[in-house]
Amino acid sequence: MLNSLGREIPEYIEGIGKLEPFQGALAKLRKGWMSEPTIPAPNRAYLPHQSKLCKSLEEAILRSNPHNGMTVSFHHHLRNGDILLVQTLTILHNMGIREITLASSSLNECHDPILPYLKDRTVTRIFSSGIRNQLGRAIALGILDTPVVIHSHGGRVRGIHTGKIKIDLAIIPASAADCEGNATGSHGKSAFGSIGYAVIDARYAKEVIVVTDNLVDYPCIPLSISQNFIDHVVVVDSIGDASKIATGTTRITKSPMDLRIAKIAADVIEHSGFFVPGFAFQVGAGGASLAVAKFIREKMKTKGIKGSFMLGGITSYCVDMLNDGLFETIFDVQSFDAVVSNSLLNNRRHIEIPAALYANPFNCGCITNKIDVVVLGALEIDVDFNVNVITGSEGYIRGASGGHSDTASGAKLTVVVCPSFRGRIPIIKKRVHTIVTPGETVHVLVTERGICVNPMFPELEENLKRAGLNVKDIHDLEIEVDKITGIPGPLEYTDKIVGIVEYRDGTIIDVIHQIKEK
Amino acid sequence: MLYIPGNNPAMIQQGGVYGADSILLDLEDAVALNQKDAARTLVRNMIKVVDFYDAEVCVRVNHLSTPFGLADLETIVPLQPSAIRYPKTESAEEVAELLKIIERIEDRHGLPHNKMTLHAMIETAMGVQNVFNIASMFRRVDAITIGGQDLTADMNIVYTADGVGIDFARKRIVMAAKASHIDVIDTVFPDVNDEEGLRRETEYAKKIGFTGKAVINPRQIDIIHDVFTPTEEEIRKAYHIVKEFRMNTAAGIGVFAIDGKMVDAPVVSRAEYILKLANVTVG
Repeated sequence: MLNSLGREIPEYIEGIGKLEPFQGALAKLRKGWMSEPTIPAPNRAYLPHQSKLCKSLEEAILRSNPHNGMTVSFHHHLRNGDILLVQTLTILHNMGIREITLASSSLNECHDPILPYLKDRTVTRIFSSGIRNQLGRAIALGILDTPVVIHSHGGRVRGIHTGKIKIDLAIIPASAADCEGNATGSHGKSAFGSIGYAVIDARYAKEVIVVTDNLVDYPCIPLSISQNFIDHVVVVDSIGDASKIATGTTRITKSPMDLRIAKIAADVIEHSGFFVPGFAFQVGAGGASLAVAKFIREKMKTKGIKGSFMLGGITSYCVDMLNDGLFETIFDVQSFDAVVSNSLLNNRRHIEIPAALYANPFNCGCITNKIDVVVLGALEIDVDFNVNVITGSEGYIRGASGGHSDTASGAKLTVVVCPSFRGRIPIIKKRVHTIVTPGETVHVLVTERGICVNPMFPELEENLKRAGLNVKDIHDLEIEVDKITGIPGPLEYTDKIVGIVEYRDGTIIDVIHQIKEK
Repeated sequence: MLYIPGNNPAMIQQGGVYGADSILLDLEDAVALNQKDAARTLVRNMIKVVDFYDAEVCVRVNHLSTPFGLADLETIVPLQPSAIRYPKTESAEEVAELLKIIERIEDRHGLPHNKMTLHAMIETAMGVQNVFNIASMFRRVDAITIGGQDLTADMNIVYTADGVGIDFARKRIVMAAKASHIDVIDTVFPDVNDEEGLRRETEYAKKIGFTGKAVINPRQIDIIHDVFTPTEEEIRKAYHIVKEFRMNTAAGIGVFAIDGKMVDAPVVSRAEYILKLANVTVG
């Protein structure tokens, strides 16, 4: 069957179930409720003063009813410094547990060591918002029989509510925790800031283990994760490599190209009609996206504009803008550096939020619905403004859906920033390899060679042209870039589906086919 | 004016996207001796195919006293970039000799003598001494520039951030350009991470009369533009002055006052220059 973007979606996939095709960004929300029933969260009973402390991660796992076919979840707040996901799967592997479903909110390079467990069927299914490096390559080449499911951050919460992701065991690393499992990421030697993605896991998993390298006296505050959802507490020497979890402050890129694109994007925002007092703003943590914040900060100071809130992945740069009085509040679902952890702990206007409040489409209003302006990156964008942030030019999985489609869907102005080509590869395509974010939710593309406005938003185009900005038709820019780079030959796929890309409402926006190995 | 090494295809390819008014493809100091031939060929080919959008394209050739200078001219002149930038210019005689060679090449290719211009770089003490003749004697010389690093080397002094050592040269070169009614471009600011220093130096250059500044990194362009672009207030004031001037002239009044300050011909002339920079016409 075809979805509304013309992508062929199978009706059913073994190991996944029946699929529903994407029908439009807001199609399912218009009903006013979620069609699928919400599964009940498990409830347990603990006796007064019963100890939750375990001597080791092995002991805690043994107490958590490990079994074949179980689903194990993790959060990715430790980024590339995480060591517990690999340790946990190694323990389960050594216990002889097979056919595990891995439900990590994202997977990074540091998780490459689990590749042998995909080969030997210790892990047979994966749900994640992102997959990279060797795992992404192996999956694209067809190592798993069942396709991986790529979801957004908001979509993951929905998936857990509906039982599509039914977590048997949640492992929650925390940089500080007490003996009852009250836990946080905001302080301790391995501080990583917000623990927002793990809150839903704690609530819905049948068994929850908090792992910390910093056991503090009861109670551990703030109660980012609270004890009433925690079964076991494990103290370890280290939850991860602190140098890769969060360090110092995030620096603005020095790349002239990223800065140039960011400067143009800031001009676009300034003249969009949405750069007004009280505006809500979200930027990514890297490259051109974060650099936009630098230029917006200058413009806010020059024009005396004060915003409402900043949202999402938070960097020290966002904290600086809060401290400058340029924004009233930060809502923080994920923190990117050490300065952010301190701010989260000490500034009451810097608020930790769970993924459900951040971006789940099926509740009475997630905060992404309140964004005025979001700046996002892209691996590819097509002439219909559909964006790919998951598969690379060679067809491997090498990115993350993350909050891309969530924020694009909610924002009044979604600005996609990217160079018009990388290396010799054009970024603007007639058709992207994989759609993650539908073009109807993308207002404008900013490249170093021109600004392209989605024709669905003529008023925006008018505003930018009136400001004298370099607005081009996206088809013209595609031709211009193709003249520089040439048009790459098509990728060779097989019929096997190795991944499905779920839109935030649970419908399928695209599938990823197995790449033919050269 | 953005310097781009002539042997770096990726940087040349992207040269036009950064908003510089002018792209300077460098065959001289930015290119190692063993890369000179390759750079010349690359620049020749890139000029033919790369779209630099609204930016002017200039090429800095090697000095004719080197083994590369003549070959550079033979290759680049037929392409007729906006300008040839000639390094270490020391005398009017030298410019005359250079122009003869350029025009001979143009004649061989059936090209006019009035399209491509010449930027003379003043980078030696002798050049500073002779700058007025260099700036004023040739129709094709439409800009002069100062090369700070080479000049300090020639003077056997250290180049310092405060620019004290080249201050006299800067001012003398500016005066020669002003007397000749041509553009005058300031030297590069070498520390690409010192934005405050760049802004200070650019503000100073503007204050003493330079009309532009060369940059070695695209990150420096916005600051240069910011300094040289008139502010909204300056433009409003200039507009008001020119408008009042025209009304008063029509009424036969020569000198008049705005906000109690006398407005005469020099004030009007400066106001007209600001409006020209801002691309604003008085209706």
